[in-house]
Amino acid sequence: MSLQLDRRSEELRLRVVRRPLRHDSAAKHVAGSATFVDDIREPEGLLHIAAGGVPAASGQLLGVDLAAVRAAPGVVAVLTAADIPGKNDVGPVVHDDPVFVESRIEFYGQVVFAVVATTREQARRAAKLAKVAAAVGTHCVSVDDALAAGSHILPDCTFRKDDSAAALAASAHRVKGQLRIGGQEHFYLEGQVSLAIPGEDGDMLIHTSTQHPSEMQHLIAGMLKVPVSAVTVEVRRMGGAFGGKETQAAQWAALAALAAQITGRPCKIRLDRDDDMCLTGKRHDFLSDYEVGFDAEGRIQALETVMASRCGYSADLSGAINDRAMFHADNAYFLPAATITTKRMKTNTVSNTAFRGFGGPQGMMVAERAIDEIAWALKLDPLDVRKRNLYGEGRDITPYGMLVEDNILPALLDRCEVTSDYRARRRKIAAFNAQNGALKRGMALNPVKFGISFTTTHLNQAGALVHVYQDGSIHLNHGGTEMGQGIYIKVAQVVAEEFGVDADRVKILATSTAKVPNTSATAASSGSDINGWAAKNAAGAIKERLINFAAGAYDVVPSQIEFRDNRVFIGNQSVPFAELIRKAYLARVSLSSTGFYKTPKIHWDPATGKGRPFFYFAYGAACSEVLVDVTTGEMKVQRVDILHDVGRSLNPAVDIGQIEGGFVQGMGWLTTEELVFHADGRLLTHAPSTYKIPCASDVPEHFNIALWDGANREDTIYRSKAVGEPPLMLAISVFAAIADAIHSLNPDKAVPLDAPATPESILRAVQAVTS
Amino acid sequence: MRGEIRILRRGEVVKLSGISPTLTLLDYLRLTERATGTKEGCAEGDCGACTVVLRRLRGERLVYEPVNACILFAGQVDGCEIITVEDLARDGTLHPVQQAMVDLHGSQCGFCTPGFVMALFALYHRADTRPVDRQRVNDWIAGNLCRCTGYRPIVDAALAACAETANDWFSTEEPDVRRTLGDLKDSEDIFIGTRERFFAAPASITALAKLYFSHPDATLVAGSTDVGLWVTKQLRDLPKMIWLGRVKGLEEIEDRRDAVSFGASVTLAEAMPYLAALDRDLGELTRRFAGTQVRMAATVGGNIANGSPIGDLPPALIALGATLGLQRGDRPRTLPLESYFLDYGKQDRAPGEFVRVVRIPKFGEGEHFRCYKISKRFDSDISAVMGAFKLRLDGTRIAGARIAFARIAFGGMAAIPKRARTTEKALIETYLDRPDTLEEAIEALAQDFSPIDDLRASAKYRLDAARALLRRALAEIGGASTRRTRVVGFREAADVAPA
Repeated sequence: MSLQLDRRSEELRLRVVRRPLRHDSAAKHVAGSATFVDDIREPEGLLHIAAGGVPAASGQLLGVDLAAVRAAPGVVAVLTAADIPGKNDVGPVVHDDPVFVESRIEFYGQVVFAVVATTREQARRAAKLAKVAAAVGTHCVSVDDALAAGSHILPDCTFRKDDSAAALAASAHRVKGQLRIGGQEHFYLEGQVSLAIPGEDGDMLIHTSTQHPSEMQHLIAGMLKVPVSAVTVEVRRMGGAFGGKETQAAQWAALAALAAQITGRPCKIRLDRDDDMCLTGKRHDFLSDYEVGFDAEGRIQALETVMASRCGYSADLSGAINDRAMFHADNAYFLPAATITTKRMKTNTVSNTAFRGFGGPQGMMVAERAIDEIAWALKLDPLDVRKRNLYGEGRDITPYGMLVEDNILPALLDRCEVTSDYRARRRKIAAFNAQNGALKRGMALNPVKFGISFTTTHLNQAGALVHVYQDGSIHLNHGGTEMGQGIYIKVAQVVAEEFGVDADRVKILATSTAKVPNTSATAASSGSDINGWAAKNAAGAIKERLINFAAGAYDVVPSQIEFRDNRVFIGNQSVPFAELIRKAYLARVSLSSTGFYKTPKIHWDPATGKGRPFFYFAYGAACSEVLVDVTTGEMKVQRVDILHDVGRSLNPAVDIGQIEGGFVQGMGWLTTEELVFHADGRLLTHAPSTYKIPCASDVPEHFNIALWDGANREDTIYRSKAVGEPPLMLAISVFAAIADAIHSLNPDKAVPLDAPATPESILRAVQAVTS
Repeated sequence: MRGEIRILRRGEVVKLSGISPTLTLLDYLRLTERATGTKEGCAEGDCGACTVVLRRLRGERLVYEPVNACILFAGQVDGCEIITVEDLARDGTLHPVQQAMVDLHGSQCGFCTPGFVMALFALYHRADTRPVDRQRVNDWIAGNLCRCTGYRPIVDAALAACAETANDWFSTEEPDVRRTLGDLKDSEDIFIGTRERFFAAPASITALAKLYFSHPDATLVAGSTDVGLWVTKQLRDLPKMIWLGRVKGLEEIEDRRDAVSFGASVTLAEAMPYLAALDRDLGELTRRFAGTQVRMAATVGGNIANGSPIGDLPPALIALGATLGLQRGDRPRTLPLESYFLDYGKQDRAPGEFVRVVRIPKFGEGEHFRCYKISKRFDSDISAVMGAFKLRLDGTRIAGARIAFARIAFGGMAAIPKRARTTEKALIETYLDRPDTLEEAIEALAQDFSPIDDLRASAKYRLDAARALLRRALAEIGGASTRRTRVVGFREAADVAPA
């Protein structure tokens, strides 16, 4: 009780966090003055790089004739593997990502050389003049190809809970099915770009668009064969990333650094959009088989699933991504017995990589489809089946042995059911469907439970650096990178709150490996959680020194000192913040501090597949309604109601932006966005003309977002919750609603709808249930 | 003869004489001016990050046109003022559209933002698009992609900023700008370069015919929404470029009692109201044709002349019975549009011959028209299947009407936009209210077309969808409400929708 009161009074004292402050760069964004890497004023003597690739998806490189390339106008240098002083590798975990092909070809277009020229156009034109000869081998393009060929990039992995085979056998009902889930191109609006500037002693400064400056620094040092300390990587902002600039920035940063080292001149590479789409990894597509056993009420007795993913040619982050698919194959549902397997398939395509949700969405799709299958088999409303299967008291251990302690979903789902008017609209939809032939409506209300923390435990650490200058202005650095998600403003709010000053007193600086070392990627939704705490710890250390100083200088006890409203209240008097700072400086108080944070409580044992990989879960629910033309497969999303849990928000405007944006991105993944590969391994949908992310009119006309009101039970930064990834999975409700519309055609059949639900995919499912 | 292009830029007339024919406006801005506010997102006119606004005189009207700078050649902005994102704020005060974007959290990563701001700035200044409601904003920004926000705050910003009549510093300076742009107008032919390498913009049909006749290897450019990609994506060298945008007579629209004609340089944006007036579905098709920026540049003539198998207008125009006027030297000729398309990548156009005009006949008594586009995304996508249907019914009663005549064309079903002649024949003498009489015609589609599998759809889907579209057309012409036959682009208002 007293703890609650404390919290309430603490909450009332907050002045800066909780406020819907604008993105710190908003005014610059709209004026065109926010500087992205390609906008940095070009240094004198800048050279431009273009990469050249192989014309086959597999086989051996026979020879590369670069004579015409070297002779082309403006060409200064041509680089191949032989030019790399250190390691020809930019692989993040398993070292299997060469900067340049040496002999074995792994995917169509894989980089074999790079041209360095005076202008970008000259470099691009020259790159086309190479003659690359290859002995073409056999290759796998799809998951199916790789399964047939037994082509694995990493060993299979399984979570086991209880005896699922016995539990399946004992179940009153069983359903088997298969779900095909497409991949997804990140389509960050700013493509991959890096600018490398050589310094003295072999030093290298690299401006690049990446979520992982430390990894870029380490990989580049290894490639250049210089100490890590010689390389500085700086990121002011990215024009979108979504996971696509975690590992995938490395090859281009490496090319820029290599070219700069060899030519001794600043070098820049900016990929053309089509090259970016052809040469960088995407979300993993999955082919998932499942069998679920359940009782007459639709309660799951056992789930068995084998999820095979297209990892591409190298391991990249596929291990952890597949792990997360397994961590979320339960979604929000209690599985008394389960066997959850992933197969990590090697294909001769780009190496698939992190993408918002990181395998979680694909795992969740299986759980949500299994629930729909149960509802269809028993002719129950899917929402009732969902509610019956939620985690609850005595039903609270996940398949990986973690206790679900903060299960707010039963209440959250109930609220969403009411605010979306689910039951009444269900009846209206049934009436509409009874009266219409070509058009059918569908609706679905789906929960999301997403685990927060890197499942690779050591990554859950962060650092920050705070300086206070003599005029009271504050300089903030931390390991988080800004890709539009608002981490800079959120962490600045935390620091401003700590010092009791306005957020605009906090100068936000580019993320730099020279300021904060050994950082983790800004990923796994963890950015504000861990960097926020690290920055608070840094600011808190300075504040503590200031309190000690003021207590002595003004002869008061520390508890009588308070920082707020840009002033410091000391006993019965107050002074401007800047004045106290000036006095502290003269009294020789250190006004600079680093801060560090590591996430508590988490542990994970990969060998047993048990532990507590997540500090906490973020929850949400979405109710979507769609209109489907069952003669052509055309579909329109008509209304969406979202209720999402962000704990106590650091910045509700930023959080709502993440929820809306994540939802629409997820909707694109499951509807309009289709990656199509040619049998020879070429990506055919390599530009926005052929790969269709949602545009404005795809957003439902009725789009209602609400925040769940409740603090994080764990001691996160100001009791907030991570929000980057979880909302993407709310879009599974759109996919389920489409299946629901198709189901109205024949209540006796399961709907074999595959993702993405393009008109063709929808029509195929319609034909399957009506044939 | 003029050896330079002239643009108005930040209050100054800028003359460009030594430009390469393939210099894009975006490269001019970012590399020459070092004005880096305008971004390159895709370099193919599909994402809108490079949107700039051309303030120009169209006849006597001063208009604000958002265009994609990435695929517009610098020569094509002759006589225009170029307004970029850096130009909107004045004396430290953001423009109302910028302020609304800031206030309503319309930017996240900020990379697409300059393009959205410029698109909204143009919308703010376009009296013809008021009142600005959500649907209009969605249409207007269909050519701008944002991957972060989910669009809602951007649309809200547009609604907030465009609620009032335009009244900003750009409105104030309009009289001066009108005068300056008026002074830049002349009837000179532009020729920059040499006989081997040039950018030319003839001012008359005679000059165009003569120049193209003597340089049949030159590339004709109208809006450059296709040719632009030859440069940015294929890195093709186009040494000789002839731009149609200054040719007097090609910009004409003739709206007669029996037909409407579009000169070869009439843009989709300009043609749109006339097409919409012909038939609501034609308006909807044009609305879904690319995005605003592309429609501001792309031409009806270009969409035909380039012979694309997936061009969205030709199937509709073929079904409507359009004819094409061509000219080579001083010799004009006319042919039915469907005869222009010979085979994949092959058209009935001789070297040195150019499209001069497209003529679309209006509807006669008892004639009905429908057209539909199926694509993965509704807006700004290329069709997987596009079907267009023109039927003439006997008598005035629709119920029980007999089909007397049918013209049906499809896109995406063959290497060229093509008529469904077997199906057309099979429809004659059938009755709209007797489905059994129609089945034979629907099945005949399989004889007319053998579509292929590609990235947009499979052959099977295409044929299935084509059948569905024919059924839909017959049902609708037979009286069914489109509220029961389609999911977008309704012909009836919402209040007649079923409960």
